[in-house]
Amino acid sequence: MSNASIIGKDGVKRYLITITVNGDPHSKVVKANNTLTDFLRDELDLTGTKKGCELGDCGSCTVLMDGKAVNSCLILAIEADGREVTTIEGIASTAEIDILQQKFIEFGALQCGYCTPGMVMSAKALLAKNPRPTELEVRQALAGNLCRCTGYVNIVKAVLSASGQEVAHD
Amino acid sequence: MSKEYPVIGLSKPRIDGREKVTGAAKYCGDLKLPNMLYGKLLGSPHAHARILSIDTSEALKIPGVKAVITAKDVPSLKYGISPARWDENVLCIEKALFVGDKVAAVACVDQETCYKALKAIKVEYEVLKPVLDYRTAWDDDMPQLHAEYAKNINTEIHQEFGDVEQAFKEAYYVQTDVFVGARTYQCPIEPHSALCIWKDDKLTVYSSTQSVHYFQHYIAREFGLRMGDVRVIAPYVGGGFGGKLEPTGLEFCGSVLSKITGRPVRMFYDRQEMFQHNRGRHQGTYKITNGVDKDGKILGVHVEFQTDGGAYTSLGIASAYYAGALLPLTYEFDNYKFDMYRMYTNLPACGAHRGHGAPQPKYAFESSLDNLAKAIGMDPLELRLRNARRPNTVTPNAFAVNSCEMKACLERVGEASDWKNKKKPGGMPKGRGIGLSTGSFVTGAGYPIYRTDLPHASCMIRVMEDGTSATLYSGSVDIGQGSSTILCQMAAEGMGYRYENMKIVCSDTETCPLDFGAYASRQTLMSGWAAKEAGEGIKKQIIDMASVMMNLPPDDLDCVKGIIFSKSRPKVQSLTFEEVARKLFVLRGPLISKGVYTPPRLGGTFKGAPVGTSPAYSFCVQAAEVQVDEETGVIDIIQCWDCHDVGQVINPTLLHGQVHGALFMGLGETIWEQVQFDQNGKIINGNLGGYMLPTTLDMPPINSMLVDSYEPAGPWGVKEVGEGATNPTIGAFRNAIVDALGVSVNQLPITYERVWRALKEKREAEQTQGK
Repeated sequence: MSNASIIGKDGVKRYLITITVNGDPHSKVVKANNTLTDFLRDELDLTGTKKGCELGDCGSCTVLMDGKAVNSCLILAIEADGREVTTIEGIASTAEIDILQQKFIEFGALQCGYCTPGMVMSAKALLAKNPRPTELEVRQALAGNLCRCTGYVNIVKAVLSASGQEVAHD
Repeated sequence: MSKEYPVIGLSKPRIDGREKVTGAAKYCGDLKLPNMLYGKLLGSPHAHARILSIDTSEALKIPGVKAVITAKDVPSLKYGISPARWDENVLCIEKALFVGDKVAAVACVDQETCYKALKAIKVEYEVLKPVLDYRTAWDDDMPQLHAEYAKNINTEIHQEFGDVEQAFKEAYYVQTDVFVGARTYQCPIEPHSALCIWKDDKLTVYSSTQSVHYFQHYIAREFGLRMGDVRVIAPYVGGGFGGKLEPTGLEFCGSVLSKITGRPVRMFYDRQEMFQHNRGRHQGTYKITNGVDKDGKILGVHVEFQTDGGAYTSLGIASAYYAGALLPLTYEFDNYKFDMYRMYTNLPACGAHRGHGAPQPKYAFESSLDNLAKAIGMDPLELRLRNARRPNTVTPNAFAVNSCEMKACLERVGEASDWKNKKKPGGMPKGRGIGLSTGSFVTGAGYPIYRTDLPHASCMIRVMEDGTSATLYSGSVDIGQGSSTILCQMAAEGMGYRYENMKIVCSDTETCPLDFGAYASRQTLMSGWAAKEAGEGIKKQIIDMASVMMNLPPDDLDCVKGIIFSKSRPKVQSLTFEEVARKLFVLRGPLISKGVYTPPRLGGTFKGAPVGTSPAYSFCVQAAEVQVDEETGVIDIIQCWDCHDVGQVINPTLLHGQVHGALFMGLGETIWEQVQFDQNGKIINGNLGGYMLPTTLDMPPINSMLVDSYEPAGPWGVKEVGEGATNPTIGAFRNAIVDALGVSVNQLPITYERVWRALKEKREAEQTQGK
């Protein structure tokens, strides 16, 4: 973490930080108490990362930090200084959407869509380290992401299908 | 077999799927305008308190605080959602009635400053004794919340159909049971927010709402504006389940703050504030008396309910009527008595929570039937088969039922769950149980929330000039259930067009014709009728034009998936929708059409008769199999089944998704979910760590099945699925758990601890008997 800080008129320390988000470096001056969620949403307008509880309970704000799924509401922006962050807006490398995103649509794994970015990011992290997970492993990986619409039925199917396994539709 | 169609009945991908999976979809809290301020409401820290003074001067000194408002800055006209009981103020005037009741509001340059400003507002309260238990709220020594409502009775209902006393006299067996429910909360993952822009005498409100029309109506009323000067837009809405149907105060206060500051103001709740605003499921005590003859035929039912309404009416009058109104739907009996009290308490108001007032009473009724079956030695499935409603019948409270495959649903679930074998002695391992329940729900309310003769749904279609796309303009609201997708399927079906070429503009009062929105499971049928009519209006114009172009009579032409062809002469060169639409535009200008739907007059004439009326009712059966660990009380859900009569299906994937979600919600309410309060009326688990929604690891496999059905009152024969699928859930899981335990548990939620205690008491009783 950079040590250079300035204190604003409000008495709050501010730091100049650089976070690489979806491949692009972003240098910003942030308050010491800014969360990574707010940094992404307010500073970079990447509102695909959602706010559902701001306590690390719901998982809607899940992003990848150095490849690991994290609740961005529990991470201070200054803690992400120098790190690589991937958000829902950045998981597809080309104009085509990611296989997980395709499968979420195909299996009807989303309804209101509010938890969807966080779900996709948690699933992305899972498949990166475990390309052929069992159903239980998928459920364990997504247990920190709450969905109020789907009962998770089609989400689990979509993730299994994205890993190349045969899954029956309804 | 169901009829096959080119566009409906197929699992088309969601129209909003790509935007949602890529994070591009904007919800209200994602919106940002130049010069925008952030706003919050200050909640009362006391459950019942007189407001003596409010000093905002310190808050206003904080840099970045742009405005602070209290009751004197906002209209004093009371509002609510049920016109019979408008009892809420935009900001509390004299008293605060629950912890979180809105006392002041702020607009600031950023969110952090909002919290600082709220802390700096000094409110002097005289703390009053709170009413925290609905069961004693009417006692003489209890303070009164609202001067107009004596004994804290918000709603009182007494209805009798037939002669229940006589039925009980004639009955072979009469049983009375009492069941207790729990307060639960809708808990959409998206927090409520509202972005208000009051500029040049026009008020625009973006809101996470389930109904742009009701919001427009209520906001215009509150501020004395013409509806034409109020525009309400719902961007993507992150779930509602009933909790986003009524104004919150965010809309009203945001509007005033925008007017004062001359800047856009985005108001927001955090998770704790959502729990405080609430409007979730009423908890209640449900006394049920059933009388049956020797064959298990239900002769009469008397239900006596008392529910906890919280501090305000919200949609609670309707919830109160729904509590009893829907019970006679799934079984045929002639004698029915319904007594009900909805009480005021100094707790958050309760309202319409998926299934409205019906699921908790239904749990009680279905539990009582299982107790009854046990008492008369009859199989629970058999008892239900003997009483199952048949099609084209009328309930004692005057609801006309057209299509009804209740019996087929029971049989199907019985087969799929291997009910008969599992119910045989030794049919299941120790600690295992199976239970079931029936369900039914309205497909749209027969009457609007406020009295009006406006149609319930309307829409327009405009075809692109070259015919390559068509846009449906509908005031309907997609809160995740998929209405935008299925309405586009229905419009395309009516047009003879392709779903893939459809676009939709919805939930905006300025660009879309009126639709009452997402509640009472109404959009598939009601908005669907409008979409069908508008679609067919386009098709007629296309066929008439093609008739000229092809020199064939219109009767001989049809248009399917965008191809116009001769029905009698297959060799005649067909035309494309695009060619004909373009020609139409060149000759006559915009190719447009409209559709409108008003339900027929429905129901009886007694007091409260309109609540529960509907053009059509869905029917379903759910069953669950559970394993209880007798050492710890832990409940393992093995699997569950749902069989639905929904009429014609528009999109199977979306339909089953509704069943999954409803079952998930009902399962949570059975075992884990409960909003809990301390002795001062403060919520102690107002967060998603303390309020236990089921996770991926808690959900059992769900077998979702359908029976063939056609509903004459619905477009192409459709009925609802969104809420009805929650109706049987709690009862089914409760009955399975009780079957596993061999002892009755009559209180929700049926936590592991309650199961453990029930088993302990059972063992102790057996030991006492053994001595």
